[in-house]
Amino acid sequence: MSKQSKRAKAAQIRETMAAEGEAVQENTKGFNQGRYDSVADLEDYQGLKDEARQIKEAAIEQLPELIEQLTETVEENGGTVYLAEDEADANEYIQSLVESGETVVKSKSMTSEEIEVNEHLESAGAEVVETDLGEWVLQLAEEEPSHIVAPAIHKSRASIAELFRERFDPDRPLETPEDLTAFASEQLASKFDDADVGMTGANFLTADSGTMMLVTSEGNARKTVAATDTHVAVAGVEKIVPSVEDLQPFVELIGRSGTGQDITSYISLLTPPVDTATFGDETIEGAEDREFHLVLIDNGRMEMREDEQLRETLYCIRCSACANTCANFQQVGGHEFGGETYTGGIAGGWETGVHGLDSSEEFVDLCTGCSRCVEACPVGIDIPWINTVVRDRINRGADDHAYDFLVDGLTPDAESGGMSYQKRFFGNFVTVAKLGSLFAPVSNWLADFGPNRWIAEKLLGVDQRRDMPTFQRETLKEWAGDRDGPTDPDREVLMLADTYTNYMHVERGKAAVRTLEALGVSVEVADVTESGRAALSQGMVETATKHGEAVAEELLPHIEAGRDIVMVEPSDLAMLRDDYGQLLDEKTYEQLSENSYEILEYVYGLLENGASADALADGDGEEIAYHGHCQQRTLGLAAHTEAVLEELGYDLITSDVECCGMAGSFGFKQQYYDVSMAVGEDLREQFSTPEAEGRTIVASGTSCHDQLTDLMKQDVPHPIELVAPLERA
Amino acid sequence: MATTAGDSTSERFTTALDELDVGWRTTTAEALSETLTAFPEPIVGAPLPFEGISLPNAITRADDPESVKAAASGVTAGTLGIADYGSVLIESTPPEAELVSLYADTHVAVVRESDIVDSMTAALESLGPRLREGRGNAIVATGPSATADMGALVEGVHGPGDVHVVIVE
Ligand code: SF4
Repeated sequence: MSKQSKRAKAAQIRETMAAEGEAVQENTKGFNQGRYDSVADLEDYQGLKDEARQIKEAAIEQLPELIEQLTETVEENGGTVYLAEDEADANEYIQSLVESGETVVKSKSMTSEEIEVNEHLESAGAEVVETDLGEWVLQLAEEEPSHIVAPAIHKSRASIAELFRERFDPDRPLETPEDLTAFASEQLASKFDDADVGMTGANFLTADSGTMMLVTSEGNARKTVAATDTHVAVAGVEKIVPSVEDLQPFVELIGRSGTGQDITSYISLLTPPVDTATFGDETIEGAEDREFHLVLIDNGRMEMREDEQLRETLYCIRCSACANTCANFQQVGGHEFGGETYTGGIAGGWETGVHGLDSSEEFVDLCTGCSRCVEACPVGIDIPWINTVVRDRINRGADDHAYDFLVDGLTPDAESGGMSYQKRFFGNFVTVAKLGSLFAPVSNWLADFGPNRWIAEKLLGVDQRRDMPTFQRETLKEWAGDRDGPTDPDREVLMLADTYTNYMHVERGKAAVRTLEALGVSVEVADVTESGRAALSQGMVETATKHGEAVAEELLPHIEAGRDIVMVEPSDLAMLRDDYGQLLDEKTYEQLSENSYEILEYVYGLLENGASADALADGDGEEIAYHGHCQQRTLGLAAHTEAVLEELGYDLITSDVECCGMAGSFGFKQQYYDVSMAVGEDLREQFSTPEAEGRTIVASGTSCHDQLTDLMKQDVPHPIELVAPLERA
Repeated sequence: MATTAGDSTSERFTTALDELDVGWRTTTAEALSETLTAFPEPIVGAPLPFEGISLPNAITRADDPESVKAAASGVTAGTLGIADYGSVLIESTPPEAELVSLYADTHVAVVRESDIVDSMTAALESLGPRLREGRGNAIVATGPSATADMGALVEGVHGPGDVHVVIVE
C-alpha cells in the first residue's frame, strides 16, 4: 500500500461499498448459498473434486504436448491455431482477421478482457458488441467487470434501468427485470444479423477432438457462433485437457460451484469450424466454408507453470466460488477485490502471473487467509497460500525505510527490505506481547493513552476505534508452572499456548488446563508461543518459517515421548495442521500435523474414549450462541465443539456466516476497519434475532472474540471456559 | 436432482424435467404427428436423424430464415436425454437443428426413450468417441435460456423461453 495512504484507501473502499456493496452482497450470498445447496445433492462431491484436481494437475504437467496435439487436431479439422506470446501479439493477430468497418459480436470471455481486445479492435475501426447481457450493460456504462462469472453483479436493477433511459430513451418505461431483458435482447438481435465475426472464449479445450466447451446460461454464445462465418476463440493455454471424457467432472462442478445451478442452460461442445447451418439471404445454408481461428494465449502462463508457488493458479476453472464465499468480497465486490482483469481470492495468482505484482498489490491484503475458499474451490487450490506468497514477494520488493529505526527494535524478523511498519508490527506481535506483559499494567495504560493511539494509527495504521487487547502480568506459562497436575495421569499433553492465550486471554488457557486435568490428563505449557501465523498473515514467509522451526524443535521431543499437542487458537492449529506443509520438511510437518489437536476436539476424543463428562461443568440448559472460527470450520472441527457443549447440557444455536470479519490483524488496520465491521454486521444480525437475543455468546477464535465483543457489547468467552470445572479451592 | 433408488431411468428423467419446469409428454412413433401439431403455431422442424421415426409431414421443414425466426415452436431431435439433470443433447446433424432449437420461442425436443442415459458420465462416454471420429457439435441443453443479469432470473434471452420434451416410447 505504498502508492496510496491508508486513509485514502479507507475512503475509497467506503465509497465503493456505499455504491455497490448492496447489490454485490445480495448476489454473492445468493450464489454462495446456491453452491451449498447444489453440492449437497451430489452423491460424491469430494470424489468429483479430486477427479477434477487430478485432471488439471496432469494436464498442466503435460501442457506442451497437449498444445501440440490440440494444434494438430484443430488444423486437421480445418481451423487455424495461433499461439500468442503476450497481449500485443494476440491483438495483432486478431486484428488481422477483422476488417475495418466490420462488426464483431462477442460472448463473454475473461481472457479477451485480459488482453483488452475490444479497445484494440475498436481503435482499428471495427465495431465490437458484447452480447452477454451483463457484459453489454458494462460496455454501455463503460465500466469494468466486478466478478468473473457475473460481470455486472455490482449493478442494481434501478441503475440498469437508468442507464437504458439515458442511452436509448426507450418509448416504453422499462422497470421489471423482464422489461429490461426483453429490451436488451431486442437491441442485440439486430447486431447478430449484422455480424461478420463471432468471438468467444472457451472454458475447456479437448486435445483429442479439438472440441471446445462453453458454459453459458443465455443463448448468446450459440448465436455468436451460428450467426457468423468467422469464429475466433480466445483462450488461455491452461484450458486444454486431454479428452472429451475428461470434461465430465467439470460439467458437473462448474455451475454448482459458481452460481449454484446444478448445470447451466447450455454446455456447448463445439468442434469448429462448426458445420451447423447459418441463415443465408433466402435460405438456410450449410456453412462449409466457415473459418475458425483458435488464439491460444500464453501471456505469462508458461512462466507460471515453472513457478512452483503460482503453478496451482493454472488449475483454476474460473467458477467464482472463491469470490462468492469470501466474506470480504461479499462486502466490497471485485472493483476493490480485484486487479486489472481478475477478481476475488484467486485474482492474486492470476494478476501476479499475467499482469505482475503491481496489479496484485492493490487488493491482495483483502484476502485475510480465512481459508473458507479452499473448501469451496472445485479443484482444491490453496488460494490463501498463493496470496501469502504474493504478499511476501511484494514485501521483498517494497522500498520504504523512513522509520526503520523505530520499528526495528520491536520487530526482530527475518525479512529484508523496507516493508510497511504496519505489516512488521502485526507480523511480529509476539515481541510486542512479551514486552506488554512484562510491563503490564503500565503498558495497557499507555496503549490506551490518547497520543499513543494517535501514533499507533499514524505509524502503524491501527484504527483508533479498536480496543487494544489487555496484557496480563502473569502469563499462562507462569501460572501453569506452579500447579500440581493429576498424580497418575492417563495421558500427557503439551499445550502450545498461542501468543494471545499466553499473554492476554490467559483465562481461556487456564480453563483448558483445568478441563484437561479434570479428565485425568497432565498438562505442561510449551516455552514457545508463536506458531508463525501472525507473520504468515502479513506475507512474511521467512519469519513464519523461523517460528515454525522453533515450534518443531520444541515439540518434536515431546511427541516422541508420547505426548499429545493441544492448542486453543484455531488459526494457530491450522498452521500445524496445514500451513507448515508449505514451510517445513515433509516428515516434520507430518509429525506435527498428526499429533496436534484443537482443545475441544481433544476433549471430544477423551469423552468418546470413556472419560466422564461428570467432572466438567454442567450446562444445565443455559442458552448459548456459538460462532465457530473460519479456519476451524475448514479443518472440519466446529462440530466437535458443538457436540461437547450439547453433551454437557447447553442449549446451543450456531451462526452460519463465513467469517467474523476480524481475521487476525485485518480488522485492526485503519484501511480495512469499515470492511471488517460490515462483515461483522451479518454476525451481529444473526445474534440479535429474538431466538438469539440474551444468550451467552461463545467464540473459538481470538479474532472472533475481539470482533464479537465490539459488536455485541458483551463479554465473549471461549467455549472451553463453559466446559471447564470450577477451580478447586 | 433428487434421485430415488429404484426409479427407472426415464422416470428419473421426467422427475428432473418437472423440477426444471420443463413440460414433457410421452407418445409413440405413430402418434408423433398428433403430439407435435398440438404445440403453438407456427411450427418449424428439422429432420429427425432416427431410424424409423421421421419428422411428420404436418410439420414445416425449416429452410428459410424468416420462418425459423418467426416460429412459435421449433422441433428438433434430442439425441440423448440425461436423467440426472433433465438435459437433452442437440447435435449438429442435420445442420439446421441448431438454428431451429435456438431461434424459436418454444423448443420441442423429441427424445427416444431408449436414448435416455443415467448420468453425465454416461453421456460423455457416448459422446467422446463420436466427437473424436465425427468432430461434430453437441449442446447439452437444460431448461430454457436464462439470465439473472437484470436483477432477477428471466427466461428466454437470446434463446427459447420455453422447452418441452416429447419422449417416444
Ligand atoms: S480458484 Fe477455485 S474457486 Fe476460485 S475461481 Fe478458480 S476454480 Fe473457482
